Amino acid sequence: MPPATITIEDLHVVRGGRPVLHGLSLQVARGSVTGLLGPSGCGKSTLMRAIVGVQIVQAGQVSVLGERAGTPRLRRRVGYLTQAPSVYADLSIGENLRYFAAILGVGGRRITEVVETVGLAGREQQVVSSLSGGELSRVSLATALLGEPELLVLDEPTVGLDPVLRAELWGTFRELAQAGNTLLISSHVMDEASECDELLLMREGELLEQITPEQLRTRTGEQDLGRAFLAIIGRVAR
Amino acid sequence: MSARITLATARRVLWQIRRDRRTVALLLGVPVGLLALMRYIFDKQPTTFQAIGAPMCGLFPFSIMFLVTSIAMLRERTSGTLERLMSLPLAKADLLAGYGIAFGLLAALQALVVCLVGFLLLGLHAAHGAWLIGLLAVGNAVLGMALGLFVSAFARTEFQAVQFMPAIIFPQLLLCGLFVDRHDMASALYGISSALPLTYAYDALARATQPLPLGGRVALDVAVIVAATLIALALGAFTLRRRTA
Repeated sequence: MPPATITIEDLHVVRGGRPVLHGLSLQVARGSVTGLLGPSGCGKSTLMRAIVGVQIVQAGQVSVLGERAGTPRLRRRVGYLTQAPSVYADLSIGENLRYFAAILGVGGRRITEVVETVGLAGREQQVVSSLSGGELSRVSLATALLGEPELLVLDEPTVGLDPVLRAELWGTFRELAQAGNTLLISSHVMDEASECDELLLMREGELLEQITPEQLRTRTGEQDLGRAFLAIIGRVAR
Repeated sequence: MSARITLATARRVLWQIRRDRRTVALLLGVPVGLLALMRYIFDKQPTTFQAIGAPMCGLFPFSIMFLVTSIAMLRERTSGTLERLMSLPLAKADLLAGYGIAFGLLAALQALVVCLVGFLLLGLHAAHGAWLIGLLAVGNAVLGMALGLFVSAFARTEFQAVQFMPAIIFPQLLLCGLFVDRHDMASALYGISSALPLTYAYDALARATQPLPLGGRVALDVAVIVAATLIALALGAFTLRRRTA
């Protein structure tokens, strides 16, 4: 097994006076696509924030690419897509990407590449505030891809996208992983789970299972991953 | 800190403002309109207009850049772009300096327009030259920007942020000596006004207007403006957190 890109030990996070993650431990392998799944409010985004290093944590270790999460050197090596599209609504697609490219020190060719990856080629002049929700999240995703990060942490990257584009993006994620990058992708959509090498199933701030889609099917006897997940949740609840 | 990232940030802020044509029109038009209004309010008291008109040219950019910057930074915080920036290889100083350059340039443009109208069309006169009023205006604008960046951390909504204008700027305008000589105020207020940065900003503008030697007091004024700007920027940097709860 290749060395782990993310190693988390006994992570505790409190947000707004409420414990969100209580004693979570996991490892994510390099060069893999890992799906982070669980009901909304279960702590997926908080876990991702802790991995990126923007979350104040109460206790525990989060190590990313061999360094403590959030150290300055990692800012170039980790790409982060927040759940809400965090781009400047009053700038055009191209202006947004040129700004973030300048911060990362990447050139215009890379901008063209990421715009094509997210299916927005030829739209660079358009102002972001005039885009649809799905287009907006694609601009945000393009920004996260700009620096060719070794680890991509994507919080619900495919929300509001049509099935064709979703399939294309999962193809891109697969190519990135084959090139040796690591992707951690949260999702509500269980049919996307089958695209992942491994799944992290969360509920109420705890990791229920770290399991491959195939193991999940075998363990529960359900072919449908959505039903399989419900079966796991039900088993733990009882 | 990197010059490339600082300049890219300044360019980005200017791009944002440039797209908003109405904001640009208001930024450039409102001070001119207010100054013209003053001219005719004091139609029968031209000496009063002469005494306060030129300093006003240098105070508009201060209050307007305070307001614009506090809203701009609040939007940066609430839209999630600040969180993204803090996860990228951008130094806090890059962000603050980028804002400083962008709003400094904007203030220079604003000061240029209001000074041109005031000194060429409305008959204002400054003993030590309109250029000095313009320079002080830009310095004051950067101070206003730095204060705006800092206080934006204490607002959660735009409704709150706009209230900081009457809460933080109006008292300073009232106490700075523009409306009433500070020596005529209650002695406690005189003391308070001595601790407020705008008092020094106004003092420098008033001395640049009056036909008396500038003297060392203007140097002190400028030093206080610079020091207050740096303190506000340092406090502002402290409110930009890489990690949040």
